Amino acid sequence: MEFSRRDTLALGAGAVALAVMPFQVNAAADEAIAAFTGGADLADGGVTVTAPEIAENGNTVPVSVEAAGATSILLLASGNPTPGVAQFNFGELAGSQSASTRIRLAGTQDVVAIAKMADGSFARAASTVKVTIGGCGG
Amino acid sequence: MADGVKPRVKAPKKAAAGDVVTLKTLISHKMESGQRKGKDGNLIPKSIINRFTCAFNGKNVVDVTLESAISTNPYFEFEATVPEAGDFQFTWYDDDGSVYEETKSVAIG
Amino acid sequence: MNFKTMSLISAVALALPTLGMADADDDSLMINEEIKIVTKASAPAHMDGAVDEVMSGWHFRADGTQAMQMDDFDNPGMLGVETGEDIWNEVDGSEGKSCASCHGESASMAGVKAVYPKWNDSAEKVFTMQMQINDCRENRMGAETYKADKGGSIPLEALLASVSRGMPVNVATDGPAQATWEQGKDLYYTRTGQLDLSCANCHEDNYGNMIRADHLSQGQINGFPTYRLKNAKLNGVHSRFKGCVRDTRAETYKPGSDEFVALELYVASRGNGLSVEGPSVRN
Repeated sequence: MEFSRRDTLALGAGAVALAVMPFQVNAAADEAIAAFTGGADLADGGVTVTAPEIAENGNTVPVSVEAAGATSILLLASGNPTPGVAQFNFGELAGSQSASTRIRLAGTQDVVAIAKMADGSFARAASTVKVTIGGCGG
Repeated sequence: MADGVKPRVKAPKKAAAGDVVTLKTLISHKMESGQRKGKDGNLIPKSIINRFTCAFNGKNVVDVTLESAISTNPYFEFEATVPEAGDFQFTWYDDDGSVYEETKSVAIG
Repeated sequence: MNFKTMSLISAVALALPTLGMADADDDSLMINEEIKIVTKASAPAHMDGAVDEVMSGWHFRADGTQAMQMDDFDNPGMLGVETGEDIWNEVDGSEGKSCASCHGESASMAGVKAVYPKWNDSAEKVFTMQMQINDCRENRMGAETYKADKGGSIPLEALLASVSRGMPVNVATDGPAQATWEQGKDLYYTRTGQLDLSCANCHEDNYGNMIRADHLSQGQINGFPTYRLKNAKLNGVHSRFKGCVRDTRAETYKPGSDEFVALELYVASRGNGLSVEGPSVRN
């Protein structure tokens, strides 16, 4: 097998690129969170976001959010070109502060939920979803 | 009205007063994200359902703002409290100004 | 081994551990808690032991995708069935007829999809479901025909599949259909394209294995038309064939071509014994 120094370097660079991934929490996601919270502190706990660890296709990914006692939950896809996904505002007849939907993810990234609680405080949760690329794209 | 847009709702026909029931909704809609390019190489303009609401006898259950990351044929599942007999009203708002509505009656028993 | 192959192998090696078990799973499929779907069956005799057991593509999908098919409300493919039902009842063409004018309710067509593609005596060739629909439209309704996998073809095919769900696929491979079936079999085992792959190389020799991050199925078509998460719409069998052949980097046959009709008959026959499952949900 021929395996030059240059090839080895290239392979290493590829591995680094894989580890970093092009999809990162972007500034737009931070801005959306700030607009929702007014810059308030975010507590851990009190809100959950449930998503598959590996999505079979990024075009249709089932996601659920829940935050008992929340008035609203903001759902963000931090690695999408535009991070907004949905905002759920719960009314007086909500049977629970939870909802499920199907979303688009442009690549492997964190799906983030920010809950606004009835007392005006905020909580954050995130779940990493690996978005796979099909075998042959057929 | 955009072509082929059709709302569907799954709701129980009966409940006991005070019951929490599960509702599922689906509306056929492309949810054009504004990120895709057409055959001519230009971006296809964004055209989505931007808001969905559910109320029971006029009282809010959930009011959702949708962005373009919601998948084609938007699907929601959530829970509502049914305090008395009445109607669930479901409303979807399209970027093109169209409004789609569906109603489901619930009896107490 | 050159560098490209090496990268490919390392990419596969990276992908594999994260995806865990690659075999088909043992879940069982019940739709709406009432329609039992046979998703594993003994391979039909004509396959000569090429595989022991035939399996629906449902077994190769993740739990979340599988769940979408277990309730009609959660299955977006049912939107296509609804459209099909509208077309079924819609008068079209010079004769002032709808499908329902002759056939009655769509539910009365239970079992029809299970035996297609099927030999048609008067046309003296094998008809797919879509060709039979067009034959009705042209000769009974005086209506325009649909292009393959376009217009009303897919919604009507989805409707006819949905009313046959749970019934065993049972297409005839002998009699007048045999020559077409043999042609389909030849195509199935013929390598095509720059990648030099036949259908069998992936779907017979390597089902259950990962092709990059995707879980290779047996390529069964009992679940067609199928709603794919990838393009969020119902997909026809011939369009799927085209996608596969294109990915071998070959010039493809066209949807509706004699070649794909023959291949559809042959691939359908490899699923004899599985339940009709369309519209299914796949990735």
